[in-house]
Amino acid sequence: MSNIRMRNIIGLILLFIIAFAVILSIIEIPFGIPKTTVGNYYINNGIDETGAVNIVTSVVLNYRGYDTLGEVTILLIAALGLGAVLGTIKRKAKKEITPSSVVLSTGCKVLFPFILLFGSYIFLHGHLTPGGGFQGGAIIASGYLLVYLGCAKRRINQNRFKITESLSALIFLIVGLLGLVFGGYFLLNFLPKGIPNTLFSAGIIPIIYIAIGFKVGSELTGVIDNLIEES
Amino acid sequence: MIFLSNYIYYIGAFGLILIALYILLTRHNLIKKIIGLSILATGVNLLIIAIGYIKEGTAPIFSNPNLNPQNMVDPVPEALVLTAIVISVAVLAMALSLAIRLYKHYRTLDMRKIKEQRW
Repeated sequence: MSNIRMRNIIGLILLFIIAFAVILSIIEIPFGIPKTTVGNYYINNGIDETGAVNIVTSVVLNYRGYDTLGEVTILLIAALGLGAVLGTIKRKAKKEITPSSVVLSTGCKVLFPFILLFGSYIFLHGHLTPGGGFQGGAIIASGYLLVYLGCAKRRINQNRFKITESLSALIFLIVGLLGLVFGGYFLLNFLPKGIPNTLFSAGIIPIIYIAIGFKVGSELTGVIDNLIEES
Repeated sequence: MIFLSNYIYYIGAFGLILIALYILLTRHNLIKKIIGLSILATGVNLLIIAIGYIKEGTAPIFSNPNLNPQNMVDPVPEALVLTAIVISVAVLAMALSLAIRLYKHYRTLDMRKIKEQRW
C-alpha cells in the first residue's frame, strides 16, 4: 500500500510545481478586457467580407477554412481507426435482445424525425444563429443513438452511412477547389454574398456547413454503431 | 476577494485541469484515465473561452443590427474551441476503442496487471 501512497504524493508534488508555474503566467493575463486585434478585425469586417452574421462561423469556414478541413480529416481518421481497431474482433453470435416496451419504442419512433429535423435546422442556420455543421451532426447522431437504445432491433446500414460520409467530404473538397478555379485560391467564397441575416446568404458557407453536418452525423453514428456492437 | 472575483473563471478552469492531471497520474483503471482525459479537454476549453471573454459581452453574432460591435467577445478563441471539442471527441472515441481492445485481450482494465502498460 505504501507504494500507492508514494505515487499519490509524487503526483501531488508534480501538480503543485505545474500549478505554480502556470499561475505565475496566468496572473499576467487580465480578465474581461479585449486582448487581440485580429478578433476586432473579424467583428468589424466579417459581415462585409463573408456575408455571414455569425462571426464565429465566418472565422471557422472562411478565414480559417484550412483548419476546419484538417479538423474534419481528424474526425474521419478517428472513425476509420475505430473501425479498424474494433472491426478485426470476430463478431460474437447475436445475443438475445429483450424487446423494448410499447411506450419506449413508440416514443422513440415519434421523436426520431423531430430530432433529425432539429439537427438539420441547426446546420442549415449555421451562418445565422449559434450552431453549425458540427453541432447539428452531433444532434443527428444523438437521434440515431435513441434508435439504438430505444428500438433494440433496429440497426443502420453501415455502407450507406459510409457513402454519405465520403460524398459530403467530397463536396467540401470540390467547393474548395471551385474557389481555386474561379478566383485563384482554395476555399474562396466565390458565390454571391446576398443580404446578410437571410437564409440564402454568405456564399459557400451554408453549402460547406450542410456537407459537414451530413458528414459529422454519419461519422458519429458509425462510431456509436461500432461501440454498441462490441458491448 | 477582488482577486477571487476577477480570476474566478481562470481558477475554475485551471482547477479542472489540475484534477484531470491528478487522475491521469495516479489512477490505475483505464476508464478512469479516459475520464481524466475528457475532463482535461473540458478544462482547457473553458480556460481558452475565459481568456476571450469581455465583461458584459455578447456573442459575436449580428442577429440584431443594434448590437454594439465593441461589446462582443473575441470570436477567435470560440472558433478554436469549436475545433478542440471535435478533436477531443475523436480522441475519446479512439481511446475507448483501444480500451475495449485491451480488455478483450487481457480481461482486465487495471494497468498494473497489463504487462506492457505497467505504471
